[in-house]
Amino acid sequence: MLTALNYPFDAKLIMRKKKALRRELLADEGANAARTTKKIAILGGSTTENVKQVAELFLLNNGIAAEWYESEYDQWYEDALFGNPELDAFAPDVVFIQTGTYNLRQWPKMSDSAAEVEAKLDAEHARFEQAWMALAGRLACPIIQANFEPPYFRLLGNLDAVDYRGRVGFVNRLNQRFCDYAAAHQDFYLLDVAWVAADFGLSAYQDRAQYHQFKYPCAQEAIPHLAYQLANLIKALFGKNKKGFALDLDNTLWGGVVGDDGPENLVIGEGTGDGEAFYDWQEYLKLYQDIGIILTVASKNEEANALAGLNHPECALHPADFVNIHANWEPKSANVKAIAAELSLGADAFVFVDDNPAEREIVRQQVEGIAVPEVSTPDRYVHDVDRGGWFETVSLSTDDAGRVEMYKENAERKKLETSFSDYHDYLLSLDMDAGILPFDAVSVPRITALVNKSNQFNLTTRRYTQPEIEAAMADPNQITIYGRLRDKFGDNGLISVVVGEIAKNDPKRLDIVLWLMSCRVLKRDMEFAMMDELTRLAQERGIERIYGHYYPTKKNAMVKDFYAAQHFQKLSEDEKGNSEWLLDLRTGYKEQQDVIKVN
Amino acid sequence: MNDTELYQRLDAVFQDVFDDDDIHVSADTTADDIEDWDSLEHINLISSIEDEFGMKFSMGEVTEMRNVGEMAELVKARATK
Repeated sequence: MLTALNYPFDAKLIMRKKKALRRELLADEGANAARTTKKIAILGGSTTENVKQVAELFLLNNGIAAEWYESEYDQWYEDALFGNPELDAFAPDVVFIQTGTYNLRQWPKMSDSAAEVEAKLDAEHARFEQAWMALAGRLACPIIQANFEPPYFRLLGNLDAVDYRGRVGFVNRLNQRFCDYAAAHQDFYLLDVAWVAADFGLSAYQDRAQYHQFKYPCAQEAIPHLAYQLANLIKALFGKNKKGFALDLDNTLWGGVVGDDGPENLVIGEGTGDGEAFYDWQEYLKLYQDIGIILTVASKNEEANALAGLNHPECALHPADFVNIHANWEPKSANVKAIAAELSLGADAFVFVDDNPAEREIVRQQVEGIAVPEVSTPDRYVHDVDRGGWFETVSLSTDDAGRVEMYKENAERKKLETSFSDYHDYLLSLDMDAGILPFDAVSVPRITALVNKSNQFNLTTRRYTQPEIEAAMADPNQITIYGRLRDKFGDNGLISVVVGEIAKNDPKRLDIVLWLMSCRVLKRDMEFAMMDELTRLAQERGIERIYGHYYPTKKNAMVKDFYAAQHFQKLSEDEKGNSEWLLDLRTGYKEQQDVIKVN
Repeated sequence: MNDTELYQRLDAVFQDVFDDDDIHVSADTTADDIEDWDSLEHINLISSIEDEFGMKFSMGEVTEMRNVGEMAELVKARATK
């Protein structure tokens, strides 16, 4: 990762050196091999070239190699509505509509009645909605729509936001309609340009000279900020988000060193500016649990001291808020890796926060892919972490809120596991029951999310957009199943997805094109329950042979021998390690697990 | 700022924007002399020069300057850093 592209970045430097940055990113062969390619179409109502170039840098820095389609200048509406052969052939993975307040045509007049202004609002919104519907009908991929920055003048001053004829109010109402549309439609996402402009500073953002001369969407030096938000959304859509925090304690969560100063002397809570800043920061971190982001501690401390600090009555965060606490004298890089391993996550799924620049540097070097923000002072910690874009949320499912609980329940299960000498007895003691069912509409968002973020227990690492999941669900020649697993400690939610395709020319052959499972249910025999159910459904359809495929990636070595464990025969393996496997049902099939009750 | 220093700093900006360390500009250099110098890169170049020297070109100047010499004269007259 290039630090020049991490927040806080120098926007002017990025604009000046974007070619060299691109060259540097593409020179990293290890990173090139690990990147996934995504096709992005930008339909512009302003100049798109710069936004494209800079978004490409941010995406490359986050594991996505982008291919691009750009509409001709200001042809967003025509391209969306009528399509063109080039765009259709490009078949984008995501479309970004880069429009702004400069594209609005029907502004209210002071002589307009309220009804006339409402009609103009309807007309402006309708133009966009037509474009979205046409795109959704033709391309079946996610759409990202920019909303509107505030107008660059206020004829009525402050009243411009209040009076129905004011432009500020007009733009605000239109933005609210875009939000309502986004909230009501799957696969439609809003890029909050109004926020980007506010964050950047509205006067500086709206460079009229740049617009008049070159039709830029904003000032040249704001372009990296716009492109950054676009890249964050795209990487979130394609499952490149982080999953948790690994936090230092002393001078990171509170002021002072608990081992030296004693818990009673820590700077935390009411009374001092720093104490309040640390409290605010703890409260901010605590909120992440509600969206399924886990908190862990990686601290150089005696464990007893770490706990004493976290039990300080003025702390917002307490020991129970953490899924995992590693307080010892090991290097922090080792602790972060150990935490990740215990939670069955990759170490690159974490954001490591530490006030000490030396610790940050070591972790950055030792833990590949981990995010390490350059935090400054306690009052800025929230800002520094918030702008990182690691937890950009494209949708919230009910499972997200419960995820942190699940990690905690897993810790309980681990304790129970150690009390059994026989693993089978342990599994039986969990009282597991599973729902294994064909894809259904209500589960589609969670299925899509899981498909796009599972890396480790994933045989083919095939990614699907939501429309593609829906298409698979409706296709009579595909067998789609998902699995949910509950046990006496709680509900793990929807944790496994399998798709099999019946061969077009051979109705007795089924190919497993997608098989994945969340690592939080590893070693629970859930994969055998899924195979039992898949086989049952396949037999109902007259399938005689099931073919399994394993495609190695940097992350899925754990399932290299998955099909061997499922009693498939290996047919072939090429030099890249891609292997093909066969399960012949004509010789019968014996159910493989007896610890989970199914359906 | 003498001309030598001015052109050294201009060279550094050109080299960054066009990602080519071999570029050396003179008063006679025009867009035809540098392969990637198209209208889009012209804008990036102008912004980077404005930033480097702490000055602004007017809208007309951005499109009307014919060679690096004209650009350099404007920079010299207005540079604040």
